[in-house]
Amino acid sequence: MDIHEYQAKEILANFGVATPHGAVAYSPDQAVYCATELGGWHWAVKAQIHSGGRGKAGGVKLCKTYNEVRAAAVELLGKTLVTNQTGPEGKIVQRVYIEVAEPFEREIYLGFVLDRKVERVRVIASRFGGMDIEEIAKDHPEEILQVVVEPAVGLQPFEARELAFGLGLNIKQVSRAVASILGCYRAFRDLDATMVEINPLVVTKDDRVLALDAKMSFDDNALFRRGTVADMRDHSQEDPREVQAAEHNLNYVGLDGNIGCIVNGAGLAMATMDVIKYAGGSPANFLDLGGGASPERVAAAFRLVLSDRNVKAILVNVFAGINRCDWVAEGIVKACHELNVDVPLVVRLSGTNVEAGRDIIGKSGLPIISAETLADAGKAAVDAAKGAPERSARTA
Amino acid sequence: MSILIDETSRVLVQGFTGDKGTFHAKEMIAFGTKIVGGVTPGKGGAKHLGLPVFNTMKEAIKETGATHSIAFVAPAFCADAIMEAADAGIKLVCSITDGIPAQDMMRVKRYLLRYQRDHRTMLVGPNCAGIISPGKAMLGIMPGNIYMQGPVGIVSRSGTLGYEAAAQMKALGIGLSTSVGIGGDPINGSSFLDHLVLFERDPETTAVMMIGEIGGPQEAEAAAWIKSHMTKPVVGYVAGLTAPKGRRMGHAGAIISASGDSAAEKAETMKSYGLTVAPSPSELGPTMAKVLAH
Repeated sequence: MDIHEYQAKEILANFGVATPHGAVAYSPDQAVYCATELGGWHWAVKAQIHSGGRGKAGGVKLCKTYNEVRAAAVELLGKTLVTNQTGPEGKIVQRVYIEVAEPFEREIYLGFVLDRKVERVRVIASRFGGMDIEEIAKDHPEEILQVVVEPAVGLQPFEARELAFGLGLNIKQVSRAVASILGCYRAFRDLDATMVEINPLVVTKDDRVLALDAKMSFDDNALFRRGTVADMRDHSQEDPREVQAAEHNLNYVGLDGNIGCIVNGAGLAMATMDVIKYAGGSPANFLDLGGGASPERVAAAFRLVLSDRNVKAILVNVFAGINRCDWVAEGIVKACHELNVDVPLVVRLSGTNVEAGRDIIGKSGLPIISAETLADAGKAAVDAAKGAPERSARTA
Repeated sequence: MSILIDETSRVLVQGFTGDKGTFHAKEMIAFGTKIVGGVTPGKGGAKHLGLPVFNTMKEAIKETGATHSIAFVAPAFCADAIMEAADAGIKLVCSITDGIPAQDMMRVKRYLLRYQRDHRTMLVGPNCAGIISPGKAMLGIMPGNIYMQGPVGIVSRSGTLGYEAAAQMKALGIGLSTSVGIGGDPINGSSFLDHLVLFERDPETTAVMMIGEIGGPQEAEAAAWIKSHMTKPVVGYVAGLTAPKGRRMGHAGAIISASGDSAAEKAETMKSYGLTVAPSPSELGPTMAKVLAH
């Protein structure tokens, strides 16, 4: 789960990371009020969306007067911002963060990730802040400093000091940077983060070290024990279909093709999408029914897939293990009767009780195309989608 | 032989008296697995499915001589259950649970290192379908009837894609020595490589199928090892050709976040190390048949 910059800064500030003064606003009036409350001479008005690359996309405005703050808030609020990370559809700005802007001397990169290869937390720092870490790695690989944290004891002060000295900071700056590095690590560990990125961490003329931007992502599997983090979820930043899917315990990822997929198991779901691709088609979504595909869940999956109006055919691929094909078939037939399935439907069942399942589909009288193998199923779905007419918009 | 489990393995079920533990214990017993009891803290002394229930793993191992365990424990408590099993000296623990926090797994992996290599517990999973040695024993939740005994080993991230592979091979008359699921989480107990080492040593296994997914470095690491150490042929496949970058595809671990993570890149790496890569997921069986015919 991702959170906004202002939320990340609020969290990190509680762990001792120094940040510039700022406040969040939902309206232009509130933005101006925030600026007056914060004081200072210059303010940055920053669009709050779950994406990086906001600066380059025009999502950060430097303002010298209250009128400029108002104008910036008017322009940003309600706007759909397209950055190099959001995809062409962009993300809607519903909040802006007003921050006191101060001049700074240096920009540093500081990142924390859960590294799968070493199965530990990796701290990454570089004197080339303000750039993407990929760019730094490409252009200045020798300027990337790293520490792999021993999980039994956590990040130690000497390790943070080595990083800070390695970044070429003076002693005053080092002690402040160490506090911020250790604070970020504790936030990472204590709140089950998967990523913390401060880019840039800036050094001011008077030797202060401030987190000018902050990004945090959290482990979805740990939200049950991180209530305050879970409460920060902003559904407006997520695909509404994915939000709806999560309510039914389905795993759904919207894509831009036209063949809707309903599959059990994440690996088989990806493989089904692959088969569609090999057959010359393009999947509209990833959807994992999960274990125990009850008729209700199957119906919810159909509703979700049909709500994407690009979908011109649906491919159901279920390998019943603990599940039974006859139950799944009943779910499909029920869904077809309850919903207006206005696209061709290809069903491939295998595993436990497959004969009984195919029998139910066959006797239902519904225009369902049955496929035996994975390859047949892919081909049948692609052929069906080619012949299908355009659909009108509908809601789930 | 087979790897990891056979008909002599003595198995405990952690979370024995819960719905899932009960259901799958019955299935495993029906398959022929030697279940010797289970653990549910607070229910020690009771009988469940005619077998003894214990409060702690240490007690259970002492009384039953168990060598293996399978944990059906809720995500919040599963790391604890795995560490308890390891500390009690179990040889292998298989965790089916989906949704264990990644930092819990980080701590589990670190904890397992407390024990010397030759006493260290092997963890399979979490978030996997388990292990099956057809005709011998099953430590998992798979449908036993789709498997046939034979000379091929499967190691797969995904449960259902592993079923698909087993079913495709069975349709062509190819059976399995052992099929093991390593699970779809970013941090797993054991990797492709850990199991390839065992398959290479197993005299009953003549070829191996390795089924990967987008995300993570394990497939590439395993492929490099195959090139330099493995004498048996390996058929590879990586699911997720159409997966976009940065989106999690169901499994917590199935996300393209670094270069080399995509399905196409991993398949290329496998090819460059001499693996036979199945051209599509519908060709898993036929590709293995061709490799075995050589």
